[in-house]
Order: sequence, then C-alpha cells, then structure tokens
Amino acid sequence: MNFLSVLISGLGAGATYAIIAIGYTMVYGIAKMLNFAHGDIIMVGGYAMFVTLALVGHPVAAVAAAILAAVLVCVLMGVSVERFAYKPLRGASPLAVLITAIGVSYLLQSLAQIIFGSASKMLSGLQIAGHVMLGTLRINYVTLVTLAVTVVLMVALTLFIKYSKTGRAMVAVSEDRDAALLMGINTNAIIAITFAIGSALAAIAAYLMLAKGASLANTLGAMPGIKAFTAAVIGGIGSLPGAVLGGILLGVVESLSYSIPALAPFTDAVEFGILIVILLVKPAGLLGKARREKV
Amino acid sequence: MAETLLKVEDLHVYYGIIQALKGISFEVGRGEIVSLIGANGAGKTTTLHTVTGLIHPKQGSVVYKGEEITRIPAHRIVSMGMAHVPEGRRIFQGLSVYDNLLLGAYSRSDKDGIKRDMETVFEQFPRLAERRSQLAGTLSGGEQQMLAMGRALLASPELIVMDEPSMGLSPLLVGEVFEIIRSFREAGKTVLLVEQNAKKALSVSDRAYVLENGAITMSGNAADLAADDRVRKAYLGA
Repeated sequence: MNFLSVLISGLGAGATYAIIAIGYTMVYGIAKMLNFAHGDIIMVGGYAMFVTLALVGHPVAAVAAAILAAVLVCVLMGVSVERFAYKPLRGASPLAVLITAIGVSYLLQSLAQIIFGSASKMLSGLQIAGHVMLGTLRINYVTLVTLAVTVVLMVALTLFIKYSKTGRAMVAVSEDRDAALLMGINTNAIIAITFAIGSALAAIAAYLMLAKGASLANTLGAMPGIKAFTAAVIGGIGSLPGAVLGGILLGVVESLSYSIPALAPFTDAVEFGILIVILLVKPAGLLGKARREKV
Repeated sequence: MAETLLKVEDLHVYYGIIQALKGISFEVGRGEIVSLIGANGAGKTTTLHTVTGLIHPKQGSVVYKGEEITRIPAHRIVSMGMAHVPEGRRIFQGLSVYDNLLLGAYSRSDKDGIKRDMETVFEQFPRLAERRSQLAGTLSGGEQQMLAMGRALLASPELIVMDEPSMGLSPLLVGEVFEIIRSFREAGKTVLLVEQNAKKALSVSDRAYVLENGAITMSGNAADLAADDRVRKAYLGA
C-alpha cells in the first residue's frame, strides 16, 4: 500500500479525533472536569441525523437538515447534561463528578438502545462515496471533506477564543475561576457555553463518521470518545492546539498500524501504548503546561 | 463621616464548622479610605470575600449604596460599581496586559467609556502601556500589582476593595502602591483596604478597624489608632 495514501487517510481519521478531543479539552480546561459522556453526545447526534433523514424527503436537503438537527440536539443535550448532572456537583470532589459522567454515559447509551433498538443502522444517505486520483495516489472525497471541515472549525474556534469577549472570558475562567467572577464574568454561563461548543463539535464529528461509512449504534461514540480523550491527554489536556496535535498523531499512528499486517490486530494497543510512552516522557502531554504551584 | 456607601452588619461566616467571622459590623463612607488591620487569620480576607460576594454569610447583611447585596453572586456585584483587587493579584497570566485590562471592563458595555478609562490607566501606569501586548505572566511582581489595580479601575468602580496590595513588594514599590491608593481617593473613589503593613495602611486611611479572631476589637480615626498604645504594640512593632 502507498505510504502517502495511508498517511492521508490517517490525517482524516485524526482530524475527526481532533474535533472530538477539543470537546474534552475545553471542558477540562474551563469546568475542570473529565466529561466521559462526551463521546455519547456523538451518538446522540447520530440518532438525530437518523430521525431527520427519515423525515425529510429530498436527498440534499435531508443531509443539510440532518447536520443542523444534530448540532441543535447535541447542543441541547450537552447543555442539559451540564445543567442537571454536573452543575449541582460544582465544588464536589472530582471523583463524584467523574462517576456522574460515567453514569450519564451509560444513561445515554441505554436510552438510545431502548428508543432505537440495538440493531445497528447504515445511514447511506449521509455517506460520501468516490475518490480522486493524483497519479497513483488515491484520496477519498470524505477525507478531503473531513480535513476541510476541521481546518475551518479550528480557525473559527481560535479566532473566537482570541478575539471575542466571550472567548477572553473562557480563557479567564480556565485560568482562575474566582478571579473571573471578580471581573463580573458569569462563570456558570461560560461553562454552559463551553459545553454547547463541545457538543456542536461532537455533532459535526458524528456527521463525519457516518459520512465515512460508520454504522449507527448506541455505542457509536464510545470508542472514538476514548480515543479522542487519549488524543487530548497526549496533546496535553486543557490545550486546544494540543488536542489537535494529539488527534492527528493518533489518527496517523492508527492508519499506519492498520497498514502493517503484523500490527493491524493490535492497533488499539499500539495507540494506547503511545499514550503511556508519552506520559512517561512528558507527564503533562506534548503541549501541556506543567502545573503551576499556587501559593 | 460622609454618606454611607457600604454598611456591613453582624456578619457571621463559617468554613465548615469553623467560624471565621463572629459578628462583624463596619461602615465605609463615600470618598473614604478605610482599613481593616489585624494578624494573619483574623478574618480580613474572609470579610472582603463576603463583601464582594465570593462567599455568603450564615447571618448578617452587606448593604451597598442602600441596596442589600448579601446574597447577590459576585459577578453581578461588579456591575453595581464595586471592584475587588484580590490577594496575590490573581492576574490572568496567559493573557496579554491589554486583554487583562479589557476583562476588568467585562461588565461594561459603554465602549467610549472603556476606551477613555483605558487611556487613563495607561497614563497612570506607563509601564503597562509599554507592555500592553506582553503576556501578563511575564511582568514583574510590582507590574503585576499595577495591572491588578488598573484592571480594577476599568470596572469603573465607586468602591475598590483591596486585599494586601503591598504583599511581596520591595519597600520602594510599597510606597508607590500606597501613593496609588491615595490617587484613587483623589479620583473620587472609595477604598476598603486590608493590609498586613498596618503602619502604611493607617498612614493613608481616614479610619480603620482592628480585627482579632473574627471580631472587631477597636475602631476609630486612623491617626488615633496609630497613636494608641495597644495598636502600636500589637501591629506597629513599637
């Protein structure tokens, strides 16, 4: 197999991980919690698209409507989960919050199974088929779409955080929540906005996964969620560029490992092995800041 | 005393089962500089946190400009015209000096007013103007204190609450900080000050309260307190 095409498909997979990892890393940075239900928001987005596709007749309109519906439903779900499950635990021990997040994850998966059944579904209406040949190099259209969407989202998010008033407030809350309060920042609102952004990105990730041909089941977001969390930690949790770097790195490693027959069955082990190695060498992750001691 | 700006009555504050404040009452008049002095752990910072809404008392009330603010969350008190310069400065290290100042004005929407106040702050603190695009974490301790004070000014407050502004600074800078506090009054602001450096605090203040173990034990004109034997012994090292 062509090394370059392996690399490019790895970039595509990595870009999707990066989009999910941003949700983990932003929530960690601003709300100081690990939202283990983040992956399941992807699954919620998947079913939102499934329902919309069934309702809208026109094929092109259906895809647009499905993406829009997924974003809306995911944002609503993410913000509700924060409001009703995590907000009451503000100031509680991190362990209580962590266990609650795992509970929310199972709750969402079980609800999806009760409502939609356990048989997995193919959403062929969302799939992007076809490829372009550059000489001998074959690039799938879905990879190009994924990379383009990721770049646009990253640029937009970076500009938003750097130049908008809300973005500045997000940085302030992530650095020092009490000091942010003293600036007049409604920290609870900023945390809710963070969940909204992360959930919208999860909806986009759901679309990209289904466009690539993933089948929809209540566990759609489970493994990608864990991989993206790994990516966020590799890059340095709390760091936005770190989440992107970690996601891309993980995607490329995954793709390379799949392409080597001897390694292919152990791809997951290779990916998590890399996490262990990186944490041994750089405990704060590749772009993570070593924790400042507070006096 | 001038018209009352802040009136604190019978504050009782607990951390778990430990009582930090045991019925504290005091007042700050418009245009005054009022100090709370006392040893470590006497409850000075707790008092300030209760005034600005970071913590809420079990009993008692905080009235600001005639309005009860005891249970109002901290972020809404800022827009009522109260700014808090916290202990240890607590500037946002990963943001530029300019962004830190903009965050000080977060609760305001009057663009022209913010611009004007920004210019005033840059005039008063030329060092901040020189370093406006530098990351705040790269400033020296003294510059960070200036930034914390400039940031508070951008909230356009009537009352500035300051917690240990001279802590960890060289004697030269300590003098400068107290000059700035005086300048706040000249600009028509009111200041509630907490300081370990009781001598300096009393020298700039109109009135002061002495806190011991969560209760006020003495109060009066700053000059009278500075001349009082008990205060001199306990806090002025005389």
